[in-house]
Amino acid sequence: MSTLEIRDLHVAVGDKEILRGVDLTVRSGETHAIMGPNGSGKSTLAYAVAGHPKYTVTSGTVLLDGEDLLDMAVDERARAGLFLAMQYPVEVPGVSVSNFLRSAITAVRGEAPKLREFAKELKSGMDALSIDPAFAQRNTNEGFSGGEKKRHEILQLELLKPKIAVLDETDSGLDVDALRVVSEGVNRFRASGDTGVLLITHYTRILRYVKPDFVHVFAGGRVVEEGGPELADKLEAEGYEAYTSKAASA
Amino acid sequence: MGLETKPLSTLHEKASYDVADFPVPTGREEEWRFTPLARLKGLHDGTAAVTGGVVVDVEAAPEVRVETVARDDARLGRTYTPADRVSAQAYSSFEKATVVTVPRMTAASRPTVITLRGSGAGAAAYGHILVSVEPMAEAVLVLDHRGSAVYADNVEFDVAEGATLKVVSLQDWDDDAVHVSHHHARLGKDATFRSFVVTLGGDLVRLSPSVSYTAPGGDADLTGLYFVDAGQHLEHRLLVDHSVPNCRSNVTYKGALQGDAAHAVWIGDVIIRAEAEGTDTYELNRNLILTDGARADSVPNLEILTGEVAGAGHASASGRLDDEHIFYLQARGIPFDEARRLVIHGFFAQLLEKIQLPELRERVLSAVEAELAR
Ligand SMILES: Nc1ncnc2c1ncn2[C@@H]1O[C@H](COP(=O)(O)OP(=O)(O)OP(=O)(O)O)[C@@H](O)[C@H]1O
Ligand SMILES: [Mg+2]
Repeated sequence: MSTLEIRDLHVAVGDKEILRGVDLTVRSGETHAIMGPNGSGKSTLAYAVAGHPKYTVTSGTVLLDGEDLLDMAVDERARAGLFLAMQYPVEVPGVSVSNFLRSAITAVRGEAPKLREFAKELKSGMDALSIDPAFAQRNTNEGFSGGEKKRHEILQLELLKPKIAVLDETDSGLDVDALRVVSEGVNRFRASGDTGVLLITHYTRILRYVKPDFVHVFAGGRVVEEGGPELADKLEAEGYEAYTSKAASA
Repeated sequence: MGLETKPLSTLHEKASYDVADFPVPTGREEEWRFTPLARLKGLHDGTAAVTGGVVVDVEAAPEVRVETVARDDARLGRTYTPADRVSAQAYSSFEKATVVTVPRMTAASRPTVITLRGSGAGAAAYGHILVSVEPMAEAVLVLDHRGSAVYADNVEFDVAEGATLKVVSLQDWDDDAVHVSHHHARLGKDATFRSFVVTLGGDLVRLSPSVSYTAPGGDADLTGLYFVDAGQHLEHRLLVDHSVPNCRSNVTYKGALQGDAAHAVWIGDVIIRAEAEGTDTYELNRNLILTDGARADSVPNLEILTGEVAGAGHASASGRLDDEHIFYLQARGIPFDEARRLVIHGFFAQLLEKIQLPELRERVLSAVEAELAR
C-alpha cells in the first residue's frame, strides 16, 4: 500500500508562480485523471514532483509513503518508487535504449540484472507494446516518432515497476492502435500490484481504456473541482470555460 | 569559445626546412596566439637543451619493412615542408628517423605499433617518422606516446595510389610532458587515409594533422577525441588542402574538458582551391565543458575558391552537459554520476566505434573512464 500525498504545493519558474496550492492524494489501487486547459500547470506539477531543476518549490509538501520527496534528488525519488512518463521524452544522443534501460533497472532494483534475463525481459516488454526489437540498439528517443517515444515511456514504466506513476499526456499524438497498446500497458501496470496512477490528459478517449476512479479539474495552477469518471464526460461536452473564469477570479 | 573567420589563402604559404626562416614566435601570430609559449620549454625559441630521450620502439607487421635511418636519407621530407618554427626546429634537429615501408600490393596482416616512450621532461628531444604505403598496399599503424618528454617531431604519411593507411595516434603522456607534432598525409590517386587522434595526457600538446592530395580520388577521414583536465592545454590544428579535383575529406573532433584552466584549442582549416572541383568536405568540432574554469577555443575556417564543390560545410559547438539529458536519466533512478558518465560516453560513442582495433578501443574507453572518475 503506497500513498503519494501532495499538500498545498506552490511552484515557481523563475519569478513566475505557476502552481498555487495543489492538494492531491493518490493511493495504490487508485487511478486519478487530471484534466485542464493548456498552460494550467499540469506538466509543472508532474515535473515538480519528479524534481526537475527548472521548477522551484516555494512551499508545500510532497510525501511518498510518509517520506519527503522534496528532500530527495531526482534519482532518489525514482528509486523511492515514483515514475514520470514525460509529455516530451528527451532524446539522449549516443546512449542506446538497451544500455539506458539496463542502467535504470540496475539503479532501481539495486543490482544489475543478468544479461540473459535482461534480454528476455526487454524482449517480452517490447513485444507487449509492439515495439520493434531493433529499437534496443537505437539511441534513446533519438529520431523516435511521437508515438514511439510514448510507447518507450510505457516500456520503462513496466520494467521499472514504480509504486506511483505520473503519466503526462501519454495519450497525446497516438493513433487508435497505439492508444490501445499503450492503454493496455498502463492497465497491465495497474494490475501488477499495489500501484497508483496519476494520468494527465486532454481527452476522454484514453479514459475509456484506463478507467479513472477520480477526475480532477486543473486550472490556474490548482485543482478547482473533483469528481468521479462522469466529470470527464461533462468536461468533454462543456469545456473548461466555467473553471477558467473561476480560476481567474480566484 | 568564439567562432571566427580569417582569410586562409595567405596562411600556410610559408614553408621551409630552415629554422632561421621563421622568427621566434611572440604569441601575437595567428598560428601561435592560443598556445602558452612559456610552457613550450624552449621548443619554439631554440633554448631547449637537447639531451632528452624518447625511445622509439617498433613492433611491425611481418610484411612491413622498418628502418632507422640518418638525417640525410633522401626519402625524408619529401611529402611535407615544415610550416612553422617548431616543425622546422624538429626537422633540423632530429638525429635518427624511423622509416616504415609497406611494400606494393601488400596488405599488412596486423597493426604496426610504434611506441614513443619519453624518459623525462627535463630536456628536449626531436624526432622524425616516415610511413610510406606503396601503391595498392594496406596497413594499420599505431603511434603510442607514453611517459614524459619535451618532444617535437614531424610524421609523414605517404599514401600512394590506391593504398590505404589507417593511423591511430594516442597521446597518453604523463602530466608534465610537452609535445609539439606535425602529422602530414600526402594522398595519391584513389588513396584512403584514416586518422584517429586521441589526446589525453601531457601538460601541453599541440598536434597539427594536415592532408594534401596529389591526384583525384583521395579520401581522408580525420577523427579526434580529447579529454582535457585541470591545467592542461591540448591543441589540435587541422589543415586539409584540396588542390586537386574530386577528393574527399571529413574532420570530426570532439573533446570534453573539466577542471580549472583546462584549455582546448581546435583549429580546422580547409582550403578548396580553384582547381579542386568536385571536392566533398565536412568538418566538425564539438566541446563538452564539464566544469567552470575550463575553456574551449574552436575556429573552423573553410575557404572555397571554386564554384564547383560536391559538398562543403563546417560546424562548431561548445556547450555544457545538457540538464535535460541528465534529468531524464536521473528520473529513471540512475544516480547523477552514472547519468553524467552515460551522457559523456554517448557524446564520444560514435567516435569510439570508428576505432576498429578492439584492444585499442578498450584502452581508449578505459582511459576516458579513468578521466571521468577523477
Ligand atoms: N521553463 C519555463 N519557463 C517559463 N514558463 C514556464 C516554464 N515551464 C512552464 N512555464 C509556464 O507555466 C505555465 C504552465 O505550464 P505547463 O507546462 O505546466 O502547462 P500544462 O498544463 O502542462 O499545459 P499543456 O496542456 O499545454 O501541456 C505555462 O504558462 C508555461 O508557459
Ligand atoms: Mg503539459
